[in-house]
Amino acid sequence: MLHIEDLWVDVHGKEVLKGIDLHIGKGETHCLFGRNGSGKTTLLMTIMGFDGYKVKHGKITFKGEDITYMPLNERAKLGLGLSFQRPPTLRGVKLRDMLRLCGNGSDVGVQLAIEYGFEGFLDREVNLGFSGGEIKKSELLQLLSQNPDLTLLDEPESGVDVENLNVIGDMIRRLLEKDKHRNRTKSGLIITHTGFILNYVTADRGHVMLDGKLVCHGNPIDIFERIQQNGYEECAKCQF
Amino acid sequence: MSVLNTIQTNEEEILKRFKPADQVDTVKDLTELDNEEILRLKKTGVDLDAKNRLGTFLQTNCGVVSCSCDIQGVEMLPITEALKKYDGLKDYYWKLIDPDKDAFTRETKEHLDNGYFIRAKKGEKVIYPLQTCLYIRNDNVAQRVHNIVVAEEGSELHIITGCTTHPHLTSGLHIGISEFYVKKGAKLIFTMVHNWAEDVYVRPRTTISVEEGGTFLSNYVSLKGVKSVQAFPTCILKGRGAIARFNSVIVAPEGSHIDTGSRIILDAPETRGEIISRTISYGGHIIARGHLIGKAPDIKAHLECQGLMLAEKGVIHAIPELEAHVADVDMSHEAAVGKIAKEEIEYLMARGLSEEDATSTIVRGFLNVKIEGLPKELDEELQKAVEECHKGM
Repeated sequence: MLHIEDLWVDVHGKEVLKGIDLHIGKGETHCLFGRNGSGKTTLLMTIMGFDGYKVKHGKITFKGEDITYMPLNERAKLGLGLSFQRPPTLRGVKLRDMLRLCGNGSDVGVQLAIEYGFEGFLDREVNLGFSGGEIKKSELLQLLSQNPDLTLLDEPESGVDVENLNVIGDMIRRLLEKDKHRNRTKSGLIITHTGFILNYVTADRGHVMLDGKLVCHGNPIDIFERIQQNGYEECAKCQF
Repeated sequence: MSVLNTIQTNEEEILKRFKPADQVDTVKDLTELDNEEILRLKKTGVDLDAKNRLGTFLQTNCGVVSCSCDIQGVEMLPITEALKKYDGLKDYYWKLIDPDKDAFTRETKEHLDNGYFIRAKKGEKVIYPLQTCLYIRNDNVAQRVHNIVVAEEGSELHIITGCTTHPHLTSGLHIGISEFYVKKGAKLIFTMVHNWAEDVYVRPRTTISVEEGGTFLSNYVSLKGVKSVQAFPTCILKGRGAIARFNSVIVAPEGSHIDTGSRIILDAPETRGEIISRTISYGGHIIARGHLIGKAPDIKAHLECQGLMLAEKGVIHAIPELEAHVADVDMSHEAAVGKIAKEEIEYLMARGLSEEDATSTIVRGFLNVKIEGLPKELDEELQKAVEECHKGM
């Protein structure tokens, strides 16, 4: 589904990603661990194609197409989706209309909002005065409308209270077709700091990012336990 | 301030440029208007076929073509007739506006073409709006209008006014003197749509007085090109608990000069005022004013000026003013002028929208000021107009 080869990326003239290789297969969910500032968000933003993330070297292939320099909206149309950590407020644009825009006119998002008890937000302006948890729900509902094949999630659990983690987890499972055990087509790449999300969403593989490089790969739960026990310091040592 | 001075020194020159409306022909009845004109009026909020309008006043150049109102509780007359019938309307005519204010008020005092007089009787609550239209049908004409609206005690009235020019003309001058009286506990919603042409000068002079417990809501929409607009309606909240709210949505294409704003004088305790303006420059020059004057204790007022620059050329000059004359007032303002934030565009693009669609979604949202009591079809016309003006750029 996604192949990244030797990817080097600059942000504001500063080298942030230094030779990333990553392969995510159809139906797989991968987790990305790493300290603040290690380059995790940069990787997601680069895959999605935001301005300001300058690819200096390397190649990103998605569904067999070279998307390294493809415009942002074309990548979205091809099946990439991203949940924003701090999305901007869209004044005067109602969440109801936003969900329809994401779904190319379909009402799926609106129906899901009702199903998840979020209908009270449908006529509110997108993200205006939303709490952390409400932003996450709004982002995930937009993605559910958009129905991407590869979903990029940047700390989906941050700012969400325990009660709502369940709902967020359920939305992510739905996005990634976790109920399907055969012929699953949806893939995911999730940045997590706390690892809480692993209690709700199973992941196939974990990676640790340190200073712009992926230094460790393996079972995400094992990796996360090691990080919890020894900190990222151990990962740094493990590199050598 | 140089811009303002230019306008003032040009007053006499502007007046000289145009032919007085009483020196050109006018139509005798509505059947003389062709389909193109009727469509133009509709786009300006004036729907001659609409069933949910309780009355229609239509003046072309200087002549009143239609003046009819279906309900007994509301009186609608051409102002020239009202002046005769009510002995010069002594309590209302030139009582809120000084006829010597400027060259345009003087001109209208001396050479009145016509205008409307609308009065909602005591306690009369009108569900559907009345529509009035001031239509310049010939090129290079100066139309001089004086309007008086009286909402008697406890009444409710909604007026939609469309001001426009013939679809094929480009040049004209519209002077509109408006004096509105909202009496005790009454409510007046006044929605004005401007749909001018590229060489039209517009000089409205408006003052509203609101008595105890009364409410005045103004909606102003101008989405098309115009040479020059200068308007600064002033609402005086005279009685305890009176409320005023002004919403404006203004788009200035290249070549347009729009100097507009609203002033609320909070002259009685517990009065409330709100001014919200959304302006977009596609290369035109906009001065977005707002002035709140707190003169009595326990008042609350807020002013919001938001401007979007969507072209390299053009100017948006926001001038929010707060003026407190007593200690116990609560007045605030926020003003922001700039281009569309790139992160908003990218947010929508990440959901699959093209850059163009993302931009129009944001612009539509920006102009989406809640306009209370707007009939559905007018709301749709406005949405279409926003769409068109964005596409045309």
